[in-house]
Amino acid sequence: MTKLIMTFPVTETSHTLASYRSRGGYATLERVVREMRPEDVTREVTAAGVQGRGGAAFPAGRKWSVIKLNDGQPHYLCANADEGEPGTFKDRWILENAPHLLLESMLIAAYALQVRHAFVYMRGEFDLPYRRLASAIDEATAAGLMGERILGSAFDCDVLIYRGAGSYVCGEASALLTSIEGKRGYPRNRPPRLTVRGLYQRPTVVNNVETLSNITGIVRDGAAAFRAVGTADSPGTRLVSVSGHVNRPGVHEIDLGYAFERLLDDCGGVLDGRALKAVIPGGISSKVLTGDEIMPLALDHESLAAAGSSLGSGGMIVIAEGTCMVRLLQVMLRFYHHESCGQCTPCREGMGWLHRIIDRIVAGEGRPEDIDRLYRISAANDGTTICGLGDAAGYATSGILNKFRPEFEYWIEHKRSRFDGNLVCRASS
Amino acid sequence: MSASPTFASLVPEFDALRRRFPPGFESSLVLPCLRRLQEAWGHVEDSDIAALAEYLAVPRVQIEEALSFYGQLRREPVGRWHVEVCRNVSCSLRGAETLLERLSSKLGLAPGDTSADGRFTLSTCECLGSCGTAPVVLVNGVYHENASAPEIERMIEGLERA
Ligand SMILES: Cc1cc2nc3c(=O)[nH]c(=O)nc-3n(C[C@H](O)[C@H](O)[C@H](O)COP(=O)(O)O)c2cc1C
Ligand code: FES
Repeated sequence: MTKLIMTFPVTETSHTLASYRSRGGYATLERVVREMRPEDVTREVTAAGVQGRGGAAFPAGRKWSVIKLNDGQPHYLCANADEGEPGTFKDRWILENAPHLLLESMLIAAYALQVRHAFVYMRGEFDLPYRRLASAIDEATAAGLMGERILGSAFDCDVLIYRGAGSYVCGEASALLTSIEGKRGYPRNRPPRLTVRGLYQRPTVVNNVETLSNITGIVRDGAAAFRAVGTADSPGTRLVSVSGHVNRPGVHEIDLGYAFERLLDDCGGVLDGRALKAVIPGGISSKVLTGDEIMPLALDHESLAAAGSSLGSGGMIVIAEGTCMVRLLQVMLRFYHHESCGQCTPCREGMGWLHRIIDRIVAGEGRPEDIDRLYRISAANDGTTICGLGDAAGYATSGILNKFRPEFEYWIEHKRSRFDGNLVCRASS
Repeated sequence: MSASPTFASLVPEFDALRRRFPPGFESSLVLPCLRRLQEAWGHVEDSDIAALAEYLAVPRVQIEEALSFYGQLRREPVGRWHVEVCRNVSCSLRGAETLLERLSSKLGLAPGDTSADGRFTLSTCECLGSCGTAPVVLVNGVYHENASAPEIERMIEGLERA
């Protein structure tokens, strides 16, 4: 297996500048500011075909190419460190253990995009990740790697951390920018694209922390080396954060195309040696797959799409046999309802309806037609809302209904769960 | 209403923050200033909303909207010890519901409530990006990962004596 990000053993000091430099850190930035033109960097990133690691898998090079160089206005770069998609905790690994890899990559990206001020939008609750990144910024600034005349060149750039304050929707790229403007985190309608009018109406690139962290390696080793890892359509590696009913939860860096079965083994298998009931492969907004469906799959964007789901945010949640999927959906729908920003009617009302219907089913007051209602409301957001939150809730709902409908019918008919309403992995249920 | 002593004491920090941001980014300072005020005082006072609006030259309503939108910000005090239990998917799969019930009976508080003596507030919260070490409990913002009921109960007993 190839490691592009988790390339070193984590120790007490492996996050420091000295340690990063001993691993060759900032040599790529130095070469970039001395020898490369901004467009050369973007060309390499485009050739590498690196796709966004935040959820939508959009090619980073294509996003960057929209930015017009020398157009006489400021450009901005924002690293999305909101890590809000439930089940996802991979960017945190980078922020805590490889903050300088993110910073070097952001500086290289800023050079390519002619950015003077770059931001890291970090979820408000993160504590250690914040302290680690803040001290890395201080170290880099003191060493002349950030600020004015970086490494003696004409390139100036500062990276600022912007901390959120508890809102899932602020992970959505346009809401993130509205939030950095100090306002309520409302998503914005497109067009215009954020690369045309983003932060304070200026051209802005928003990329996930992991997406950006790949940039240093791509520029250092070349697009071909990056493409040599992973599959033809999904080059590189992914950080997958595995949680739920596994023996050893944690973050794993896998080559795209890695076998799910091997990853499950790497995590020590299902808790208590239970059978695998289901897996949510890419954060709760990706569609659930049954154990049988995911077992033979390779983990890449094509295979997951063919199976009707996605690698999404890389937040993989493992669910053991005996878990009640009705209660699980209830947890999710309560969350989406709570986090809908309320701008768009179908989402604002729809999230409330979904939540009330699932609560009613769990209270034993469900009606047979409730299942069709859940389906109908799930589809109603499709394309009618500003951002993807309502759609995500719809995917989660229809995904679980498609695979586990009998559990819903059972609860409605018998007024109780087929699995005791159980969410934890217990010996008997 | 005039600004609180807390606000006045933080102005040098706010000035420093302002210098770090690009020119024209005053509006962006709303969130960091509110976070800092809350960190220093426990919540955001009405008088400080007006003071901040004036200091940043932004509309007061923008600050009020931010306060009502962001879940971590509050205009009312919470207990001296704020215990928050994550109840999202991965934490629920690792026992968050039982944990919440036990903490609730230990503290004699329903989620959302503050004890009469103002010492404890119990709340639930959403995914904290720490699902691999579920369940997770925050105590005054500090992560307690792989939280077990006995361990958190012991900690609460310690805080009760503190
Ligand atoms: C409701 C919602 C929440 C999102 N949360 C996050 C998040 O926490 N982190 C993230 O990187 N992307 C998140 N996204 C995706 C972003 O909108 C955007 O696609 C991404 O940051 C772009 O970076 P990438 O192309 O490098 O993946 C979210 C999207 C939606 C609709
Ligand atoms: S579900 Fe609790 S930290 Fe993610």
